[in-house]
Amino acid sequence: MTDASANGQLLTTADGKPLKRALAKAQAHAKRRAFFLVLPLLAFILITFVMPIGQMLHKSFYNEGFTVNEDIGSGVRTPIMTNLKTWFDANPLGTEPDEAAYAALAADLVVLKDLRAAGQAGTRINYEKSGSRSMFTKAARGAEKLKPPFKEAIIKLDKDWADPELWRVMRDATSAYTANFYLAAIDRTKDVNGNIVNVEEARQVYVKLFWRTLKLSIMITLMTFILAYPIAHLLATLPLRYSNLLMILVLLPFWTSLLVRTTSWMILLQSQGVVNDALVGMGLLGDENRLQMMYNQMGTMVAMTHILLPFMVLPLYSVMRPINPSYVRAARSLGATSWTAFRRIYFPQTAPGIGAGALLVFILAVGYYITPALVGGADGQLISNLIAFHMQKSLNWSLAAALAAILLGCVMVLYWLYDRLIGIDNLKLG
Amino acid sequence: MKLKTALLASALTAVAFAAQAQEVTVMSWGGAYTKSQVEAYHKPFTAETGIKVVSIDADNPGTPIKAQVEAGNVSVDVADVEYSDAVRLCDEGLLETIDLSMLPPAPDGTPASEDFIDGALTDCAVANIVWSTVVSYNANAFSGDKPTTIADFFDTAKFPGKRGLRKSAKATLEMALMGDGVPAGEVYALLETDAGVDRAFAALDKIKSDIVWWEAGAQPPQLLADGEVAMSTAYNGRIFNAAVAENQPLVVIWDGQMMDFDLFVVPKGAPNKENAMKFIAFATDTQRLADQASWISYGPARKSSGAMVGKYSDGKTEMAPHMPTAAANLSNALVNNFEFWVDKDAELNERFNAWLAK
Repeated sequence: MTDASANGQLLTTADGKPLKRALAKAQAHAKRRAFFLVLPLLAFILITFVMPIGQMLHKSFYNEGFTVNEDIGSGVRTPIMTNLKTWFDANPLGTEPDEAAYAALAADLVVLKDLRAAGQAGTRINYEKSGSRSMFTKAARGAEKLKPPFKEAIIKLDKDWADPELWRVMRDATSAYTANFYLAAIDRTKDVNGNIVNVEEARQVYVKLFWRTLKLSIMITLMTFILAYPIAHLLATLPLRYSNLLMILVLLPFWTSLLVRTTSWMILLQSQGVVNDALVGMGLLGDENRLQMMYNQMGTMVAMTHILLPFMVLPLYSVMRPINPSYVRAARSLGATSWTAFRRIYFPQTAPGIGAGALLVFILAVGYYITPALVGGADGQLISNLIAFHMQKSLNWSLAAALAAILLGCVMVLYWLYDRLIGIDNLKLG
Repeated sequence: MKLKTALLASALTAVAFAAQAQEVTVMSWGGAYTKSQVEAYHKPFTAETGIKVVSIDADNPGTPIKAQVEAGNVSVDVADVEYSDAVRLCDEGLLETIDLSMLPPAPDGTPASEDFIDGALTDCAVANIVWSTVVSYNANAFSGDKPTTIADFFDTAKFPGKRGLRKSAKATLEMALMGDGVPAGEVYALLETDAGVDRAFAALDKIKSDIVWWEAGAQPPQLLADGEVAMSTAYNGRIFNAAVAENQPLVVIWDGQMMDFDLFVVPKGAPNKENAMKFIAFATDTQRLADQASWISYGPARKSSGAMVGKYSDGKTEMAPHMPTAAANLSNALVNNFEFWVDKDAELNERFNAWLAK
């Protein structure tokens, strides 16, 4: 279509405006209206999802514990440890802290005392150098009484003030931006010279738990697949009135509270529980040899497989339902065995459902928290339990954020791999 | 006339609403402990002041405070926390300071500052009870000899069966050392050293495969009563309630008990700060603390309350022998060193988590 009509004049609307402009205006209006329609949802997602997650991830590489004190009531922000920062800036890593350094520290301690911020600063240092928290609170308490020479006076308070590692940690902490929490999240730390080294073996835990989380999630995904495939097939091939009835059996647990399902598993699996009682009652098991099926990895596996099962059944069902049975019949009539017909005709048609189900179950399993916390005991714990630990108990939010960011990164990489190998367009959720 | 009545009625309703809006939210540890506080503090407080007390529970009320204060969304007015948490939260500026002069004196006129046990008052916290982590066992679990010492807890050869332990480094490490033969007085000096920490974990290693970990204070009596564990560490008051009020065959071993304070704190920015302070002053007076001890076997933090502690609310059980502070129970008792835990909490829990995951 062109702007001009056959006689070379612009097409206009009834009131004489050019048609093209009128159309664009009408479309812009419609677009704006559509945008305003989704605006509440957009705002909701931004405020409740993107912003908090962004804020949390920001904490993983930004910690103001040793740089700024914010009064919670008034919101007044005061920089702290400024003298020490000046000294660190002037002297490179590896410089022996001299009298000037200790004088700077003493001046900063007075500020900490006035602001009641010694606990905050000490906590930040304590994340990386255990035992240093009380050094700050104690030193700040008598800070204004410190007299030169400051080096002797401060070391007299606690000989650990001379520890070069403490000075390395303080140097790093005077900058709010730090990668140290990410290092801690992969069981690494820095030595006094700033080189990255492994933490001592007795304290290595995060890498191991990342692997365990990955391993358990893959196993749970596999288990749900093995269990869900025949169920979904049965549901898809039965006449509708029977399959609807069976579908309720899949959906009912899906609609039941997660906590209820987890505690039900506790009742079933505990050593004085239903399963053990039944086995002992049938004489298969002595009363002394009751099986330990809970408070270990097995408990986590069983309960999580059950809880995540519907997320596998539903996508599989939605893919299997429309598969035309005449394809398999045609294959059989052309001489394929039932296995070949399944493998080459039926199975490939269900692949999008398998992909969707596996992705759903896997991503949910990687971040699972409540079930392992309740039935996992010691060796059924996943990385999410440690994230919760640092969020709620140790209150080291920066480390929790770093762990969460790594977990998020791992899931993104897997998602990307999935997209490359199978293609996200092939995903079918129903 | 009609208009007048309507106006009067609505004015009255408004007054009623205003009165109802007066409330204070108190967060505690749940179960039998919260019940004792509701009976001894909350109900009389509401009866006297008309201020409604909303009671909520957490596994450890010290943990949600930081999140609430930093998010600027504080919903709790008073929280009942452990000593090391009270000190730590106070140091981090997350708590309101409490004017200790508002605390009422003892009935004989002794000022509150002298009436409370040493260490029970800090800038931000007022202690209400002395409680203890103890070892307890189910009498039905052992047919012959009964365990009597903390060492028996770590001896699964002599006393077979599962063991319940709180999933945290605090108390667990101390008890492991005491179970390994370290006298209470030397525990913290030893735990300061790497060798001491190694020794504690080595002692735990011996029973690791038999441990069931608990997190909420209501769990151990349940685990013991169900026969899920034969012995467990527990808060002594919970065991007392299960044994006396619910007639469970649970027995406390006082050897190697570990005492701590529970303290009331007010998070910064509490919505009903005034009421919170009123509540704390009311709840920690001599009579209320003594009353609380008749609902659960935790020792009052005021000296003047001690003499007023009588019988359990069933009217026949004497409370005194069930208190952690009773002379007979103190022969090998440890007092929680809050300063040690404020400092070492992060490091030792990190190592504890690594050990758990091994």
